[in-house]
Amino acid sequence: MSILAIEAAGPGVTVQDGGRRGFLRFGITAAGPMDPLMFRTANRAVGNALDATAIEISTGGLTVSAPEDPLGLALVSAGFRASLDGEALPEACALTLEPGRTLAVRAGSTGAWGYLAVAGAIDLPAILGSTATHTRSHLGGLDGRGLRAGDRLAVRAPRAGEGAPQRLLAPWLARDPATIRVVPGPQDDYFTPDQIAAFLERPWTVSPRGDRMACFLDGTPLSHARGHDIVSDGVAMGAIQVPGNGLPIVLMADRQSTGGYPKIATVIGPDLGRLAQVQGGTTIRFAAVTVAEAVAARRAEAEALKPDIPREPVLRTEFPAEFLLGLNLVSGVTDGHGGLARVA
Amino acid sequence: MSAALPAAAVPDPRILDAGEAALVVEFGASVDPAISDRVLALDDALEADRPEGIAETVPTYRSLMIHYDPLVLDREILAGHVRRLTGRAPERAGGAARWVLPCCYDSPHGEDVEEVAQRIGRTPGEVVALHAAATYRVYMYGFAPGFAYCGGLPEALAVPRRASPRPPHPTNAVMIGGGLAAVATVAMPTGWYVLGATPCKFYAPERAESFFVRPGDTLRFEAVDAAAFSSIAAREAAGERTARREEGPA
Repeated sequence: MSILAIEAAGPGVTVQDGGRRGFLRFGITAAGPMDPLMFRTANRAVGNALDATAIEISTGGLTVSAPEDPLGLALVSAGFRASLDGEALPEACALTLEPGRTLAVRAGSTGAWGYLAVAGAIDLPAILGSTATHTRSHLGGLDGRGLRAGDRLAVRAPRAGEGAPQRLLAPWLARDPATIRVVPGPQDDYFTPDQIAAFLERPWTVSPRGDRMACFLDGTPLSHARGHDIVSDGVAMGAIQVPGNGLPIVLMADRQSTGGYPKIATVIGPDLGRLAQVQGGTTIRFAAVTVAEAVAARRAEAEALKPDIPREPVLRTEFPAEFLLGLNLVSGVTDGHGGLARVA
Repeated sequence: MSAALPAAAVPDPRILDAGEAALVVEFGASVDPAISDRVLALDDALEADRPEGIAETVPTYRSLMIHYDPLVLDREILAGHVRRLTGRAPERAGGAARWVLPCCYDSPHGEDVEEVAQRIGRTPGEVVALHAAATYRVYMYGFAPGFAYCGGLPEALAVPRRASPRPPHPTNAVMIGGGLAAVATVAMPTGWYVLGATPCKFYAPERAESFFVRPGDTLRFEAVDAAAFSSIAAREAAGERTARREEGPA
């Protein structure tokens, strides 16, 4: 048994696994990672099962240490700033965290979620078969809540990893968020063709008030052809519901299992993480695809995640962190609360 | 309960895509026991004859959502399978349970009984008697863990839901609103009216059988006083399931 100690954690940092499956029929939310591909990449980089328990890092940031034994870790993000005792690390890297050292992860100018995987098994009880945290129903993770300073996570069968930090080469994570692909429906018949066209043609701005439950979109409201109430039915992750105010809401990992607003379209699986990573204030567009095209994209994504993730040594700079700060490469790094806007 | 229409008159369900990893099999657009029967019949049939690649199914009032892995199970093969099952199994195979649940309508549990009585121009005693005399059908879960939406509410109790939510209801609340009844395991702010509480936990993750009431089951409530409620709640807390299952034909 080894220990991963949480030195600091912003709001919205949670323990997740692949999600809680099989209980949607009883109103139990699946939870699981907001960006499944990035989550799996982190687990693969440390040699864990793809859906093993790992830490999802919000823009609130996370600082950890390994007070007892060295821990093998993989940090995977696209745009977060990481440092080991103040020395900058790549946004995606594998390293051994030695006792006495501190790994800090902070939000950057892009990206909303990062993942920290631990080589070994984070030892938390499975509730209804899963360790995924759903904070709204106080389920899973550590006491059903987000992580905070002072928490200590036990790690079973820890592996120390490979020593000096290495950059992970995961080009499949370089995803363009500008266009999000959707399959129309299941309630597209609640909208006239011109409103569906407007939905696909208009730019939508991701609101900063989103969280793990939903991504809210601002723009010119859509109108309904047959009212905005339906008899509640099931809700898939990525379902885009249009409530009475006409502004679409994309339902994400912590969504309720059922809902009563018409759903104009559903974001395809491979684009869920892409959308989740969009910071508030960014403009996106939707593009309609067929189910067959969506399945092809899903297959391509599954094949992109390599069994062995290539890595290269991190070139050690001789510049201390203060020098890098002076270059303004990492503005805002010191407050630890940058970009909290994505967190409810 | 069986479908009111003869099988020949039952229309084919609509099969809708909710993305590339979920199908919605829609039998109608209303809250109706006959439609619910068809949803649950398909759910039962898929349980018995389940193609590899189905992740889970979610029955709702009028449709069944089927979450599947499209890299394992092709959409057209799944849709074809669903059409075959709905063609030959229009009625439930059976298996719905009838539950009798203790319910305390008295203070402090029946927080909104007085308010409902004023709204419908009856006495609090009449509100309780109306609610306790009815048999409810669990249509579906949703909204929160162990939140069961139920039909069968007497017409006289059909008050609209509140325009804005009231403070969080207690756990295991027995509620009404919008012409429906509900049992809500987890405390939440709500637009429903709280008529009472049952000591029976519909959802208890620590219990071997985490959930015991299934969509399609029926519920009756037996009024108990606050003292009886407390003693039954203590048995529930010790891990007992205190809901009584009625045997024999409905």
